[in-house]
Amino acid sequence: MTSALDAYMNRITTVITGDGRVIIGLLKGFDQLINLVLEDAHERIYSETAGVETVPLGLYIIRGENVAVVGEIDEEIDKRVDLENVKAAPLAPIWIPQ
Amino acid sequence: MLFFSFFKSLVGKDVVVELKNDLSICGTLHSVDQYLNMKLIDISVSDPEKIPTYAFSQKLFRDQVDTQLLADSCRKELAEAKAKQ
Repeated sequence: MTSALDAYMNRITTVITGDGRVIIGLLKGFDQLINLVLEDAHERIYSETAGVETVPLGLYIIRGENVAVVGEIDEEIDKRVDLENVKAAPLAPIWIPQ
Repeated sequence: MLFFSFFKSLVGKDVVVELKNDLSICGTLHSVDQYLNMKLIDISVSDPEKIPTYAFSQKLFRDQVDTQLLADSCRKELAEAKAKQ
């Protein structure tokens, strides 16, 4: 199954963590525990009152136990989205950390 | 293994995965592993309030899964586990 992530290698990937955060970066590596290596990672913080805040994180390793969803970003569509004017409630946590 | 088999029988079908935070993701089930990690393709996310989750999952069960067989298999597995004790 982890080979399913092969298709996302060296692509812009979005990760939703267990606590509901959204982290985007270039997928440089992963293992069977879904530990992920993201290059040029940044977090998108959604808010109902202001546009999306982008926080640069740099090179990031996300431990697999925190990963809820991994998805590939369509860069063409992503470029078209005007994040500064996107207002949305942040995602609720998906699980409570043990 | 029962639920793994269950999800394997759904590969290629359109499914909705409901996360514990009420986010629902619709898509075509591409693959599933023993931990029930699932890969969906052509996904879309609808407004959760607009998804009648129960109606949808019931339809999914009725159309594509032999629920009787699944229920019987669950009972059988449970009985076998009890017998081993």
